[in-house]
Amino acid sequence: MANVTITIDGKNITVPSDLSILEAAKKLDIEIPALCYDPELEIVAACRLCVVEIEGSNKLQTSCSTRVKEGMNINTKSERVVKARKDVLQLLLDSHPNDCLTCQKSGECYLQKYAYDYGLKFREHNGAMRPELLDTSSPYILKDNAKCILCGKCVRTCAQVSDRKVLSFAERGYDTKIVCDADQTMEESSCVSCNRCVTVCPVGALVDKRLLGKIRSWEGTSKVVSCKSCQYGCEFEVKSKDINNVAVVARPPANGRPLCLKGRLNTELLYVDNPEEPYRKIGGKFVETSWEKALGLTEVIEKLEKLGKKYPPSK
Amino acid sequence: MLTLDKLQQIKKEHRPVLEARLREAGNVDIHEDGSIVLNGDYYKKQVRIALKNCGIINPGSIEDYISVDGYSAFANLLFNKSRADIIEDMTASNLRGRGGAGFPTGRKWAEAFKYDDDQKYMICNADEGDPGAFMDRSILENDPHCVLEGMAIGGYAVGATQGFIYVRAEYPIAVKRLKIAIEQAKELGILGKNILGTGFDFDIELRLGSGAFVCGEGTALIESIEGKRGMPRTKIHRTAHKGLWQKPTIINNVETYANVPVIFQRGVDWFRSIGTEKSPGTKVFALVGKVEKAGLVEVPMGMPLREIVYDIGGGVQNGKAFKAVQTGGPSGGCIPAELIDTPVDFESLAKIGSIMGSGGMVVMDENTCMVDIARFFLDFTVEESCGKCVPCREGTKRMLELLDKVVEGNGEEGDIERMVSLADTITSASLCGLGQTASNPVTTTIHYFRNEYEAHIKDHKCPAGSCAALLEYFITDKCIGCGKCAKACPVSCISGKLKERHVIDQEQCIKCGACMEACPPKVSAVIKR
Repeated sequence: MANVTITIDGKNITVPSDLSILEAAKKLDIEIPALCYDPELEIVAACRLCVVEIEGSNKLQTSCSTRVKEGMNINTKSERVVKARKDVLQLLLDSHPNDCLTCQKSGECYLQKYAYDYGLKFREHNGAMRPELLDTSSPYILKDNAKCILCGKCVRTCAQVSDRKVLSFAERGYDTKIVCDADQTMEESSCVSCNRCVTVCPVGALVDKRLLGKIRSWEGTSKVVSCKSCQYGCEFEVKSKDINNVAVVARPPANGRPLCLKGRLNTELLYVDNPEEPYRKIGGKFVETSWEKALGLTEVIEKLEKLGKKYPPSK
Repeated sequence: MLTLDKLQQIKKEHRPVLEARLREAGNVDIHEDGSIVLNGDYYKKQVRIALKNCGIINPGSIEDYISVDGYSAFANLLFNKSRADIIEDMTASNLRGRGGAGFPTGRKWAEAFKYDDDQKYMICNADEGDPGAFMDRSILENDPHCVLEGMAIGGYAVGATQGFIYVRAEYPIAVKRLKIAIEQAKELGILGKNILGTGFDFDIELRLGSGAFVCGEGTALIESIEGKRGMPRTKIHRTAHKGLWQKPTIINNVETYANVPVIFQRGVDWFRSIGTEKSPGTKVFALVGKVEKAGLVEVPMGMPLREIVYDIGGGVQNGKAFKAVQTGGPSGGCIPAELIDTPVDFESLAKIGSIMGSGGMVVMDENTCMVDIARFFLDFTVEESCGKCVPCREGTKRMLELLDKVVEGNGEEGDIERMVSLADTITSASLCGLGQTASNPVTTTIHYFRNEYEAHIKDHKCPAGSCAALLEYFITDKCIGCGKCAKACPVSCISGKLKERHVIDQEQCIKCGACMEACPPKVSAVIKR
């Protein structure tokens, strides 16, 4: 791949020509805000927050989707760029519920972070707000459409596993929303609670329900562990507070890792000191179940017990 | 198999049949050079290229089309011109995209021609969705074969073997006639495998859109053909490079394709002799609104608006004053009376803040409120935004809320500035053309009719007398006290003694206008103000 030399905010850098401006900027430690961008997902340029100004171009360009070109002179912080970003963020805030005090995502929410960075606040207005459509049907995922900023990351990550593709966009314009299958609840839908969507959601629209009320993002400590259920080795964070491990949270899937409920429950059982009861989806209904059944161990244990009589385990 | 001779023979045999039929109908003039044009004053100032066969041939007959030199350009090119030469001619003709943006067709084709790929596609964008626009519909319904021929020529030039016509399902007659036309062309051997024995294959299929305006945007249209939700793609690559199923793809509008066969029949020089240097040829407009003679008009580019509105359209209805004309549909702008001598071509319209667009042309008279018009068009875009990008989805919604506020008389100081600032962000930060142009009706009306906005906000008045919330019905001293208005008032808010001047209680009035209608015409004491 050929290299090109470009200038970003007055700094020169030589990078491979297949890089986006956003990726090149990262190499210079220049942070460009972005809500819909994820290096693991298809580029859609939907949030428009990562716009930059390129010399010689009248329009603002999204840095996630624009490739670098020899001699490009890019300004990531011009007055025009900052104004556009502020407007975009304010538009998102104007439709977003003011719930940062108790929102589970607080502290790791990107909307919150960027609002802070650009000095923006919620404001009172008489205009439309997203309707409150809280889906509480799943014991694993809380889906709050009112908080959704429609970046579509959940849809894209869900579609990466071919037999899932549960989430999609529905309706259009301001009424656009993310739905499960044919606008069903998480419980009725074919969702397998893998939590891929939860890991990529930049705001509090999709949160891990088993985390609710247990720990806030800035509290306690966390440790990354790998799941041992299968060869993919998906990563989880074990969250600890006051010497207790209180929750296990899936990390964003990378390198083709699928994430799954079973792996997460397995990790939860292994690491969490006081795990909540697990649930299984049977015929479109979530039912509380035993750990043996949730992890599919009933028959294994029976068999081991049976074998244990014949072959006492070696010490 | 179809041969050139056979094609000639069909023309020779069928042409007299067509001419005899037309002579009997009597609505056309048949010229010595073989051209057939509709007669009547409405058509005198028009130059018809895209619409040249509309209203003349039977759209259900391929023989009719062949009789008016149809498919002769395609056949001729297949035998006598190299692909590179066709593209060179196309570029030289400077035919610009008639869908609205005006991108040179030749350059688009050259781009797709350049890439070597096992499959390339030609797409015809027939998802005409602007309110009040019906140019493409007319061509599809009245002359479907010219679109097929244009696509086939393009397909041959760039090396595509498959074409798709993306037509909205709300055009059932167009769909039906296109189906028949494709069937006929295949049967005759104009489409299909080994066309005219040259080894060139070209097939065309229909894809029906389901009423999403945004699917007229090229990349959203491609997504829709691929079976996905119609949302525009971010353009990392041009569609001529990676389009439908990531293959080189040409998307042209119906009217653009309709121009292609004629350009090759009559030559590049002929085509460039019509219109202006930078915008050669003609453009079809749907002339609608408060104009005396509404309809489709095709005129040379560069014709002043005045000639279109007055000489062809017969001026404003009921002798009222001309106020503005809106061009380019919901993405276009309002052009005020003082600019009525602007020539209609891509550059001139852009200079005054409007666009050519697909060719909507809405004439407005003195009773049209410009704020309300801006609100009307924005309401359409809000409804049709796909919801993908934030500035369009959220921004246009907030803009509409501001306009609603102004129209309802609740506008505040600073609302105009808020709209201008928001429009700037929506325009510069939106993903696709729909969002980038959505604010045009608002910005142009603020630019040219700022006083109307100010009247709504500061004086709570609608100068055009159109916004109900800002109107006041008032009884002048001409009142003879007959009491008819009081009787007609459905909310009984008119009081007054017999033979004395009556008064309307403005607090109670629901502004229905019944009093004005009830007042005897000779008296006319009730006015709107």
